[in-house]
Amino acid sequence: MNSSIREHILKALDAGIRFDGRKLDELRKVTVEKNVSKNAEGSARVLIGDTEILAGVKTAVEQPYPDSPEEGNLMVNAELLPLSNSRFEPGPPSEEAIEVARIIDRGIREANTIDRNKLCLTPKEEVWSVMIDVLTINAHGNLIDASAFASIVALLNAKLPKREDGVVNYSELTKESIPLSKNIPITVTVYKIGKHLIVDPLPEEEDVADARLTAAVLEDGSVVAMQKGGEQPITADEILAMASLAQTKSKELRKLL
Amino acid sequence: MAYEKRLDGRKADEMRKISAKVGVIKEANGSAMFKIGDTVAYAAVYGPRNFHPKFLQNPEKGVLRCKYNMMPFSGAGDRVRPGGNRRSKEISMVIESSLASVLNLEDFPNAVVDVFIELSQTDAGTRCAGICAASMALADAGFAMKDLVASVSVGKVDGKVLVDLDYKEESYDGEVADIPIAVIPRSGKLTLLQMDGRVTKDELKKALELGKKACSQIYDVQKKALKSKFSGDKNE
Repeated sequence: MNSSIREHILKALDAGIRFDGRKLDELRKVTVEKNVSKNAEGSARVLIGDTEILAGVKTAVEQPYPDSPEEGNLMVNAELLPLSNSRFEPGPPSEEAIEVARIIDRGIREANTIDRNKLCLTPKEEVWSVMIDVLTINAHGNLIDASAFASIVALLNAKLPKREDGVVNYSELTKESIPLSKNIPITVTVYKIGKHLIVDPLPEEEDVADARLTAAVLEDGSVVAMQKGGEQPITADEILAMASLAQTKSKELRKLL
Repeated sequence: MAYEKRLDGRKADEMRKISAKVGVIKEANGSAMFKIGDTVAYAAVYGPRNFHPKFLQNPEKGVLRCKYNMMPFSGAGDRVRPGGNRRSKEISMVIESSLASVLNLEDFPNAVVDVFIELSQTDAGTRCAGICAASMALADAGFAMKDLVASVSVGKVDGKVLVDLDYKEESYDGEVADIPIAVIPRSGKLTLLQMDGRVTKDELKKALELGKKACSQIYDVQKKALKSKFSGDKNE
């Protein structure tokens, strides 16, 4: 069944048209809403077309990891909620959800977005942990990019809670943001279908794609993390073409921060 | 010390601001958002669909399966660990039994109807908001229902009977009783009743009266939201 949909999609792509009439490198409408959940230290809602994602940041004072005794902890968790699509089932995170979370985590970690040294309170004993949770409300394609973007918006808007006598008071946020560097990664995934490269796929396009390449791009265009997905192999030239399309599209998303 | 004036200035029988919308999750067969004060519940319905594993199927009637979940960043205080806990399991179960009787589950033998409830922001009354959203989502999915279900928490703070306690009232430093109820508005019958705290018979009577009155107001909001979707008014 997929093969006939694939043929249909390919034929349209040959004519330069997408399944929903877009151009190959055209994003659906992107909407960003900040501070959408008042108990979170930071939160965001991102819509890309019909895909809707919520991201929230929580913090806690915890022990640092033994291999980074003077750095705060970062944790990213993604959930593909069964509420958001009939394909998703309740239970522990699927491989797909874990991949989304790890791609987001790698982008933020490798860009050194968070100045983790500044999150240290007492070396080896107490540091701030920053926990980003990203959840799907309506899953209709391009979950990686939408989730990564929502995570970044939530992180940029998060404020640390008050801490008095060693106790965190979550009901009062300070004016202090999470210490961030200027390196804010924007994650863009490019899909290959036949000889064509597209961005922001619909589920139908994801299902028939040969391969994908996700790149986390900084403002100066440098790429800090990548992930190849999909079963078909790609050439080095294709990787370069996909990465440069990701660079171009990341600029459009960055304007919406 | 009597609790005369409510912390946020509401009257005893006054609920927080309510808004509701259906069709908020396009992938679902039916969906709704219900907001009361700062508590926000989403509900999505999938099914009736195949029920696996097969031994769970009921050849007599369909199975209603509800899942209540708080988003990790939704609560006051620490992050809520994902994956559920004893509390969310119990709430899921009481939500199932508060909704099952308005559905004609005999129409779907062997099938399952899944209702997923997610709280994106919480300020008490989450199971009630979840039930309100879920019953609207079931109606949005096109189920033939005997009625909607409206739900609210009633309670008592320092001797005063109130509707729709918020988090500050629930954690008030004094005697607090919390009684979440769900009502089938047309029959006036209750499908959910829980209670944490201590009340007299008279107080319970008064609380149930206030609760039923509040539920009929919620019912109006639910019907209005459903009608506005199907009358083509896309803005509300």
